[in-house]
Amino acid sequence: MTNHLVLSLNNLSKRFGTIVANDAVSIELHRGEVLSLLGENGAGKTTLMNMLFGHYLPDSGTVDVADEAGVMWPLTLGHPQAALAAGIGMVHQHFTLAANLSALDNILLGSESLLSWRQNRHAARAKILGIMDRSGLTAPLDERVGNLSVGERQRVEILKALYHDVRILVLDEPTAVLTPQEADTLFENIGAMTKDGLSVIFISHKLREVLAFSNRIAVLRHGKKVGEIATDTADETAIARLMVGADTPAVPRPAMQPGAPVLALSGVTVKSDNARNSLRAVDLVVHGHEVVGIAGVSGNGQSALAALISGLATPDQGEMSVDGIQITRFNPQNLLKVGIGRIPEDRHHDGVIGAMSVSENLIVERLSDPDIQKNGFLRRDAIRAHAAQLCQDYDIRGPGPEAKARLLSGGNIQKLILARVFECSPRLILANQPTRGLDLGAASEVGRRLLEARHRGAGVLLISEDLDEVLALSDRIIVIHDGQLIEADTKDRAAIGLMMAGENA
Amino acid sequence: MDILHILLTDSFWAAALRIATPLIFGVLGALICEKAGVLNLGIEGIFAAGAMAGWMAVWLGAGLWGGLLVAAIVGGGFGLMHAILTVPLGLSQHVSGLGITMFATSLSYFIYRTALPQVTSPPRITPFQPLDIPILSDLPFLGPVLFQQTAMTWLALFMVALVWWVLNRTPLGMALRAVGDNPDAVDAQGLSVYGLRMGAIVAGSALMALGGAFLTMSAFDAFFFGMVNGRGWICIALVIFASWRPGKALLGALLFGAFDAFQVRLQTEVGAFVPSQVFLMAPYVLSLVALVIVARRAEYPAALLQPWFKGQR
Repeated sequence: MTNHLVLSLNNLSKRFGTIVANDAVSIELHRGEVLSLLGENGAGKTTLMNMLFGHYLPDSGTVDVADEAGVMWPLTLGHPQAALAAGIGMVHQHFTLAANLSALDNILLGSESLLSWRQNRHAARAKILGIMDRSGLTAPLDERVGNLSVGERQRVEILKALYHDVRILVLDEPTAVLTPQEADTLFENIGAMTKDGLSVIFISHKLREVLAFSNRIAVLRHGKKVGEIATDTADETAIARLMVGADTPAVPRPAMQPGAPVLALSGVTVKSDNARNSLRAVDLVVHGHEVVGIAGVSGNGQSALAALISGLATPDQGEMSVDGIQITRFNPQNLLKVGIGRIPEDRHHDGVIGAMSVSENLIVERLSDPDIQKNGFLRRDAIRAHAAQLCQDYDIRGPGPEAKARLLSGGNIQKLILARVFECSPRLILANQPTRGLDLGAASEVGRRLLEARHRGAGVLLISEDLDEVLALSDRIIVIHDGQLIEADTKDRAAIGLMMAGENA
Repeated sequence: MDILHILLTDSFWAAALRIATPLIFGVLGALICEKAGVLNLGIEGIFAAGAMAGWMAVWLGAGLWGGLLVAAIVGGGFGLMHAILTVPLGLSQHVSGLGITMFATSLSYFIYRTALPQVTSPPRITPFQPLDIPILSDLPFLGPVLFQQTAMTWLALFMVALVWWVLNRTPLGMALRAVGDNPDAVDAQGLSVYGLRMGAIVAGSALMALGGAFLTMSAFDAFFFGMVNGRGWICIALVIFASWRPGKALLGALLFGAFDAFQVRLQTEVGAFVPSQVFLMAPYVLSLVALVIVARRAEYPAALLQPWFKGQR
């Protein structure tokens, strides 16, 4: 009874226009097993699971699911309700919770007939408390979800799935928003649940946790399954090669003597109604020839820090300077003039103007430059030549320099932003989540460019939630927690993880 | 002392409740739509359509309750139009709503004119009469205020309780609140986002039409052009004032009714010194002031005005 098949995906394919998101992918899952679905961004992991859960209808292929007796039945595709009824639950990367309802109501949502005249909250609460007991997952049931922390919201999501008596649980990148310690607790809880017969599909692009936690690993690349390995026989470099298709060159990072201070913040305080968006008496120095990495779980003041250095906000207290020039009350225009280059967090929204062309986006930060305009008129030829040159230098691929920027892929938009920033030879580069959502190739290009700027003598302030990235690129690591900065005097993952959770180890 | 005197009379409070009745229907209707995430600016036109349709049904021989049913169906029909345009098609809720208002208003006038081309004084029907409940209506003060209203006022008060119960105590209400906050949450549980939103708009619009029908079937006994006179817009403001809560919606409607009843009475007291337009304006100005004070803290349904499309996440 222990190891029978509970789920089999048979040759599932899905196209979006000309892009093949999944190409004849087959996967099997057994009772009580944790299967990791590993792959880069855009490898087709989430698409595959969305087909399983009925959010997308596959172009071809079938899915069979075991009922409680272990007999396999074909699943009606394209209907979330059918997947739920078959005992499949999914915890999405972006939580599907209503912030205005209590945790309890969110768990109950959709579990009762819409025509019933009242809710049976008592029985439901008793059942949920039982699930909490067995799994070790806890969450305050009567609190509005809007008031819960990210970790608590995720537990509500999982409880919601378990409440529907799922036998198969799909977790889409569950650790992306958690501290390393919270992630470990989650893994422990899931371990307890698999002992009760739950089967888990675990989507991730983090090799480390996949190796630590799953029984079997299936690797996807460009929509195809390229390998399947039992975890205890797995080898990290071999899997990485499967994922990427080639060995990734480690970014060389020669040791360098830090230069004079470039950016200095002293006693900077930002007050906000939202505690997640405030800073408390922060001191920070970034020298030339130096990459300073800000590590932390999202929502601990990173956006406030980025807004300050981009000139989108001014501090309530404290002072800021670049190369000794006071910039405390500068607007973005003046900050560009003193040599700050900005790589914004949301590159689609804040980084480019989607409706304008690539060549126009490349010059928006230097409209007063006489190379670009003369007597108030844009020099079209110069702009076009400039764009052609940068597209070549920075390998910006797409429909061409006159195409609208929104037509570019995420990686190419980031290259466009890099080109715009680096071409001005900035003194300080603010890189906020610069590789989020990029595939490994594009991400290592970003890292290489940042280190190049460091070599040239610029200071780099790298804000990232990806601890591996911070560890790989930074000369110094500073942990941000609850609006405060704490310098980490170690490069030890566990110690930094504890600091990210607010515990001073 | 005159002002205090006005506030102490039972006729003042009876008038306040009477004036509030159509607003109660309207604000509940708008509240249901917005809780589900869709603004319904068709309300002003749906009031007119409800007023016309209900009145005409009675004039053509239907009973009063039959007339109300006709009004609700007509309102629901315009709501369905708004729902199709804004939910599956995802068009601008503002533009669609204003379009519905203009269309419903003009169509009502057109049908009225076509049916009665030559009348100079509008034909009358026998409207809802005050319910004279024995004993209770003889109570001092409370009797005239509460127990001499028409059945429609009681229906409105019952609707407040019903809407509150459905929103807060039933699975349907929970799904409705969720779909106005995060449609993905509803979709992930296998419920229909389109179905919930469209159903809410149709039901809300039917309620709005009852508000309109009150004007021709209870407050007056005939249909006039321009009789809605901005009551629908007031309801849109009252929803925000009420922070999307049925109980507060009742309070807001009563407050406006009281302002309006008060200005009429104040006019007779000091009308010699102050132009009457100032009094007509007063309830609207006071509503705005109340809105400014309350609405800054209001918590909007998070997905209000945001179209949602299946398969895009």
